[in-house]
Amino acid sequence: MFNLVIIVAVVLIIAIIYTIFRVSTLISIAKGDSKERVPASNKSQATLLVLFLVGGIVGFFYYSFGGLDDSFVQPLASKHGVETDFWFWVTMGVTCFVFIITQILLFGFSYKYQFDKDRKASFYPHNNKLELIWTAVPAVVLAFLVLTGWKIWTDITGPAPEEAYEIEVFGYQYGWSFRYPGNDGKLGKYNYLKIDGTNQLGIELADKAAHDDFISNQLHIPKGKPVLLKIRARDVIHSVYMPHFRAQMNAVPGLPTKFWFEPTKSTADMRTETGNPEFNYELVCNKICGRSHFGMKATIVVDEEDDFKQWYKDQEAWLKLNPEYLSQVPEDLQEVAIISAGLENIENTQNVRTQTTSF
Amino acid sequence: MSITDIQLEESTASHGDDHHDDHHEQSFISKYIFSTDHKMIAKQFLITGILWAVIGGGLSIIFRLQLGFPGVDLTWLKPILGQWIQEEGTLDPEFYLALVTMHGTIMVFFVLTAGLSGTFSNFLIPLQIGARDMASGFMNMLSYWFFFLSSMIMFISLFLETGPAAGGWTVYPPLSVFQEAIQGSGAGMTLWLVSMVFFIASTLLGGVNYISTVINLRTKGMSFSRMPLTIWAFFITAVIGLLSFPVLVAAALLLVFDRSFGTSFYLSEIFIGGEALPNIGGSPILYQHLFWFLGHPEVYIVLLPALGITSEIISTNSRKPIFGYKAMIGSMLAIAFLSFVVWAHHMFVSGLNPFLGSIFMFLTLIIAVPSAVKAFNYITTLWRGNIVFTPAMLFSIGLVSFFISGGLTGLFLGNSALDINLHDTYFVVAHFHLVMGSASFFGLMAGVYHWFPKMFGRMMDERMGYIHFWLTFVGVYLVFFPLHYIGIAGFPRRYYAFTNFDSFSSFGDLNTFVSIAAILTFGAQFLFMYNFFNSIFRGRKAPKNPWNSTTLEWTTPVNPGHGNWPGAIPEVYRWPYDYSKPGAEEDFIPQTVPLSSTPESNLPHEQELAKNEVVSDAGKVNESH
Repeated sequence: MFNLVIIVAVVLIIAIIYTIFRVSTLISIAKGDSKERVPASNKSQATLLVLFLVGGIVGFFYYSFGGLDDSFVQPLASKHGVETDFWFWVTMGVTCFVFIITQILLFGFSYKYQFDKDRKASFYPHNNKLELIWTAVPAVVLAFLVLTGWKIWTDITGPAPEEAYEIEVFGYQYGWSFRYPGNDGKLGKYNYLKIDGTNQLGIELADKAAHDDFISNQLHIPKGKPVLLKIRARDVIHSVYMPHFRAQMNAVPGLPTKFWFEPTKSTADMRTETGNPEFNYELVCNKICGRSHFGMKATIVVDEEDDFKQWYKDQEAWLKLNPEYLSQVPEDLQEVAIISAGLENIENTQNVRTQTTSF
Repeated sequence: MSITDIQLEESTASHGDDHHDDHHEQSFISKYIFSTDHKMIAKQFLITGILWAVIGGGLSIIFRLQLGFPGVDLTWLKPILGQWIQEEGTLDPEFYLALVTMHGTIMVFFVLTAGLSGTFSNFLIPLQIGARDMASGFMNMLSYWFFFLSSMIMFISLFLETGPAAGGWTVYPPLSVFQEAIQGSGAGMTLWLVSMVFFIASTLLGGVNYISTVINLRTKGMSFSRMPLTIWAFFITAVIGLLSFPVLVAAALLLVFDRSFGTSFYLSEIFIGGEALPNIGGSPILYQHLFWFLGHPEVYIVLLPALGITSEIISTNSRKPIFGYKAMIGSMLAIAFLSFVVWAHHMFVSGLNPFLGSIFMFLTLIIAVPSAVKAFNYITTLWRGNIVFTPAMLFSIGLVSFFISGGLTGLFLGNSALDINLHDTYFVVAHFHLVMGSASFFGLMAGVYHWFPKMFGRMMDERMGYIHFWLTFVGVYLVFFPLHYIGIAGFPRRYYAFTNFDSFSSFGDLNTFVSIAAILTFGAQFLFMYNFFNSIFRGRKAPKNPWNSTTLEWTTPVNPGHGNWPGAIPEVYRWPYDYSKPGAEEDFIPQTVPLSSTPESNLPHEQELAKNEVVSDAGKVNESH
């Protein structure tokens, strides 16, 4: 019933507006307005343009400087982010300056030079000097922005420092896994043909560096140390996006990518800084990847380096958690694998081995 | 050259025939459906484009409802969307992606490429260069009907049980290859590819026609340096399209092979649907290179015609020559050239070699220079003008405003170091919707308001035009400006909802606000539609030259028939921007007025030219005018 009333009201309003329109059109035709060279509302259009300019600029400043309920800048927690943020705001300064000036000129001129039947527009077809100025000035400003951007980009994408912690990031529909190199500090090889229900990352167990690798579903990283992410994907393209670290790199099936950065604030630091005891860093997927793209995330835990090392030590090798995969380890490496995965004290290991041997 | 001569001879010799043509009763089918007349084909493109804009815009409203009011009950849409409304009444997340994909595809290709270029290149090229029709009317007709076929296929794909393509308008593989990855990559994606192939055929047929018409069929005196900027823009656009669209065919063809015939151009080491696939050695990045080799020029294919239209309208309504005519042409040529060497700025974080990233950053920021020149030239054209605010003029000013706002944010995204954090966020959405989407859309609207009298012989209602402009202009800013903020906050695009993330838990109100603004802006377009269709039949009769414009199309009869000019084709004696020339009585001198008849207003070098000017009979008629 209520809906019906609304519909009837809308229809009536439209009908009234339409009638007013038709009537005023007929009146204007009768009065001969249509023969005027310039629209009757020329002046009010010019005024509206200026009002829009003023309203727009006021709104722009109001909302940019605290008018919004939420902060639109994510707290920063990486070393290179300090630089990219700085140059982001420099670019913002430059563009806002140009933005305000040009919009004022655009709408200001529109108002100032609105039609006046006693005036004639000035015939001013070109001025090479002006053209030269506004080719050269943007070119110089842009060159400046490019060169600074280029330097930062080269630093960010350059080789990771030797001491960087290597972690493999693996994206799949719809989640993330993180593989750590284990005690030997070396990530083992992988082979996508080895992927199955348990060995979701396709760890290549023929590689002895893989035996002590462990897997986590959270990304643990140490504060103040460089971290090198080696990124790959299982099915479609995903993107490793970590807004707080100003870091992003696509995860591409068949084409391993990498990104290194240095976190500067631990999760605990950030909880204090934001005053939010629940705060967690998040890694989100930022390349359309299917139905649950919008739910594909992982928590990032940044610890003090000592805590990180402790956590690292406490983790159990993937092979230890899945001892049945010992059968995939070549025979001559099984002994080593048992030791490096920490399987010595587990009883059923022997059975698995026997089974394999008899195989 | 020879073609022009022949055509001129024909036109003078067969005066009677032309006259006869005007009154020749064409059947309904050859006049309105399989027409080879460029004006009718332009109208066909325009009306098809408008219908697509309603569909494309409507789709965006559906997903904006979900974004502004997460989990909103959309049961009322069930009659149209059926199973895509889940049992709880919410929108299916997969269909959300399909909506986003189709919105992009429709707007970029069907509305802003076909609807804009197709309409105005077809309509204005022959009229403004003084030709009877396109070089090949038949190819022109085919161009529309290929577009129509392509439209139909895309439209049908909307109703498939597995939904239309849903991998984003860029349809990156592997997502677009496997139905296991997303349902839309089944039949929907197949139809998408088929449709695009027909679409590209249509664009190429049109493009070849535009280029050959502009080169060969210019009337006497219409040298390249006397062509209106609209024609320059359409010409350059057609060249860009001709060079870049075939690459999209190549990309699509390889995608077809990967999808259907087991090749591995884009696929390597994939485990999906519970099995490891045998494909090895392909690269998804290859597709991105091929796609963006078209995709970036496409931005300019969409934008340049709008800029050309705006140049013409701003000059006419400022009653002033366009400032820096040659600089405008030069900057368009520079943009066209550079548009081919900047594509990889869409791929800074794709796994592209960082060194290549640096190269593309340099090239990308260079393209900002000619764009800046254009913006400054528009502003200077307004300076000391005598501005008439027709709705077309307002839309043109709006375009310049969007072009600046959206163009400036390109400086962030083109800088690879800053792009790392902004890539694929709402900042990008805000950027391209302003600079490419809204700017081009405003160019389209400006063109419709300006040339409607020539198209239909009637005027559109001015006041409705003003209301339409203000609602749309304010609306567009209210929709897209706030998106910069949530983009800086890192909100990823193509998300069904942000509720799963602590990082993106804010800005719920802002999203609601944007959605409401989007609905109002979309609603305002129906006012335009009403005005448009109503004015076709009931608009005030148009005078011959309603805007006191200088270009050739206004020398045709109010309702130009087949062949455009009943008599001989007019000749051109001057450039198209003689507005408010000192000494001249009127504030405009049409291109058809010989220099020798206006000694009072000629500039010194024109006085020299006037001495050697040969004026034909047609010119003498104009002299008396």
